[in-house]
Amino acid sequence: MIENFDPVLLARIQFAFTVSFHILFPAFTIGLASWLAVLEWRWLSTGESSYAQTYRMWVKIFAVTFGMGVVSGVVMSFQFGTNWAAFSDKAGNILGPLLGYEVLTAFFLEASFLGVMLFGWNRVSPRMHFASTIIVAVGTVTSAFWILSANSWMQTPQGYRIGEAGLVYAVNWLEVIFNPSFPYRFVHMVTAAYLTTAFVVGGIGAFYLVSGRHQKCARVMFGMAMIMAIFVSPLQFFLGDQHGLNTLKHQPAKVAAMEGLWETRIGAPLNLFGWPDQEAEKTKYAIEIPKLSSLILTHDLNGKVVGLKAWPKEDRPPVWIVFWCFRIMVGLGVLMILTGLAALVLYLKKQLFEARWFHYWCMAMTPAGFLAVLAGWFVTEVGRQPYIIYGVMRATEAVSPVGAPPMAMSFTAFVLTYGFIFGAGTYYILKLIRKGPDSEEEVYGAHGVKKPPLLTGLVSEKGGPNV
Amino acid sequence: MFSFESFLDLPLIWLCLIGAAIFLYVLLDGFDLGIGVLFPLAPTDQCRDRMMNSIAPFWDANETWLVLGGGGLFAAFPLAYAILMPALYIPVILMLLGLIFRGVAFEFRFKATRYRRLWDYSFHFGSLLAALMQGMILGAFVRGFHIEGRSFAGGSFDWLNAYSVMTGIALVFGYALLGATWLVMKTDGVTQQWARRSASYVLAYVGFFMVIVSISMPMINAGVKNLWFSMPMFFYLLPMPVLTAGLFVQIWRDLRGTSEYRPFVLSLLVFLMGYIGLAVSFWPWIVPFSVTFRQAAAAGSSQSLLLVGTVILLPVVLTYTAFCYYLFRGKASHEGAY
Repeated sequence: MIENFDPVLLARIQFAFTVSFHILFPAFTIGLASWLAVLEWRWLSTGESSYAQTYRMWVKIFAVTFGMGVVSGVVMSFQFGTNWAAFSDKAGNILGPLLGYEVLTAFFLEASFLGVMLFGWNRVSPRMHFASTIIVAVGTVTSAFWILSANSWMQTPQGYRIGEAGLVYAVNWLEVIFNPSFPYRFVHMVTAAYLTTAFVVGGIGAFYLVSGRHQKCARVMFGMAMIMAIFVSPLQFFLGDQHGLNTLKHQPAKVAAMEGLWETRIGAPLNLFGWPDQEAEKTKYAIEIPKLSSLILTHDLNGKVVGLKAWPKEDRPPVWIVFWCFRIMVGLGVLMILTGLAALVLYLKKQLFEARWFHYWCMAMTPAGFLAVLAGWFVTEVGRQPYIIYGVMRATEAVSPVGAPPMAMSFTAFVLTYGFIFGAGTYYILKLIRKGPDSEEEVYGAHGVKKPPLLTGLVSEKGGPNV
Repeated sequence: MFSFESFLDLPLIWLCLIGAAIFLYVLLDGFDLGIGVLFPLAPTDQCRDRMMNSIAPFWDANETWLVLGGGGLFAAFPLAYAILMPALYIPVILMLLGLIFRGVAFEFRFKATRYRRLWDYSFHFGSLLAALMQGMILGAFVRGFHIEGRSFAGGSFDWLNAYSVMTGIALVFGYALLGATWLVMKTDGVTQQWARRSASYVLAYVGFFMVIVSISMPMINAGVKNLWFSMPMFFYLLPMPVLTAGLFVQIWRDLRGTSEYRPFVLSLLVFLMGYIGLAVSFWPWIVPFSVTFRQAAAAGSSQSLLLVGTVILLPVVLTYTAFCYYLFRGKASHEGAY
């Protein structure tokens, strides 16, 4: 029975699952690492202990999340070959070096200094520890730089030529790395990661405010998160718009799918909601706002927007996924901006830390960033179908000679494993949240250990108990 | 478009670099996988805490060498990557699943109270599975792969046979030796005594399997036989098995003595000998016995670009890796996490 499944479809589903699972962790740790660096800086410059307590609570959550990010990331580095061998062969000349640079400039940095960050408290000076936190934060952003460059090249390839056996060769590396969609995607994604973290931290801070625990730390968390919501959410809306205009220029079919537009029109309306029907080639039950699509995309009420029918049927992406994920992403973005506005108003009325309803609202917004990141990636990845390298190679030509049964088995294994691991990880993170920041006196160890933890020097151990 | 092809033998340089990365991975993740293999055999829970703490600051960076090996293979020899990954699909996926279960166990175990035992076993079986699969991948390598054109054309289970099972078990013991001798170095008291006993027990098995692999490789493959048993190669290569035998004797004596560092260092050398032996036998194949490393090499410009970065960054990586090992020197405690 399994033999009858389409290996391409299975390879796609399996890859979509493992990569979607993986992106949840970087989306959170990129922002968290930078925030931890800010916290430690505030602590070192003010000496205020609530910063240190907040740091030490969140560094544990960071460690759990980072651990899950690492193990799901190692999987990704092999998935290009296991699922997309033909693609690896063809595009290896370009993507290989980009991924190689990611490992050399980011992965080793993060992995090595994470050890210092977690276990180095009594072995390095506070300055060196602060430096380690910054290095880890820089590492996470560097990693995003390379992987988004690679992804963006697959979306908007340039600086290459097709040579013998259909292999892709680099002609100009700067053009490859800084391909047209890369700057937009990089800025949009890193900002998304910062917002994801801000809403998680804000939600947890709100939880402590509501439950009346850890008030000092809760104010640090909630206050800093709301600063992000006020200033960065509107900025992200602008960056997203710029990214969209860039997509319109290089991948117009994706934008047409996002808008659910089938006909090429002057003064195209905006389909607020509706049901895009791939077979009937129209968006059913559409609620339209006249001319708005043209205004947004061309900044002109009577601008021309190309519809999906301009492409042959086999060159169109699955429209409803792109259409709906785009609305989910934008909707969540609007809610984030509203949250920021409400926070600003409450702050000016000096009720930010008192308005109970708003704290419940922020608790509800905790997963908003994750959902928006996933929805956004679905838009951009499904929207570039049927291509794996836009305009150069189709996903159907990229698959490995593996066959359906092993693909189906590995998919099942990944779903079970990730479900179990994710459940356990969430459980332990919730446990850390329930416990909250340590009180001041036991601030050094995670388990009430007051002396230097983990590894003690040779001398002190000789006198210790024989274990 | 710059390229160093005209004056550098790029494929050879990259073969050495990838070979070194994979070897470093085998050594570094070898000892922490080995600790996972030995984990449930430790006499007490405090011993287990110590074992875990002795590798907690390092495991993540150790595993990054695997990513460098995989990513580097993709970058420098994309054809080999594109053939080997589908050919080794099932063992690679199983290895990754094993690495997931053991990797998350580090963090979860520190946080767990009620389910700590669950993560003990997750760590153990994950490590065991990863080690076994890596050994079986080696076994599949020895037998070679069925290729047509530029892609793998064999079956999903070509890698599975009695020989690969044997090499799988062999590597499990090999990693256990690294793990046990690491513990001799990084712990004391009861844990160290137990590690010494385990190491000498495991050492016998490692020796046994090394002999089997060394005898079987020339028997399976005529090319390997010609290489090792032709004059004058035989005499050039003869020092290697002799030296290896000497290493075994010395480890055996050190484990009975008081030396704490030497068993680990000498075990690393045993691995080095085994690795060189395999490298010599596989030369010049990167996908045995169909694709040479020159055929699989990426374009000169691609190899050049990454070489620039590697020449600058690899020494930096090695420096701060060494710094971390220096920072967390000394004996591991069973207490606390962080």
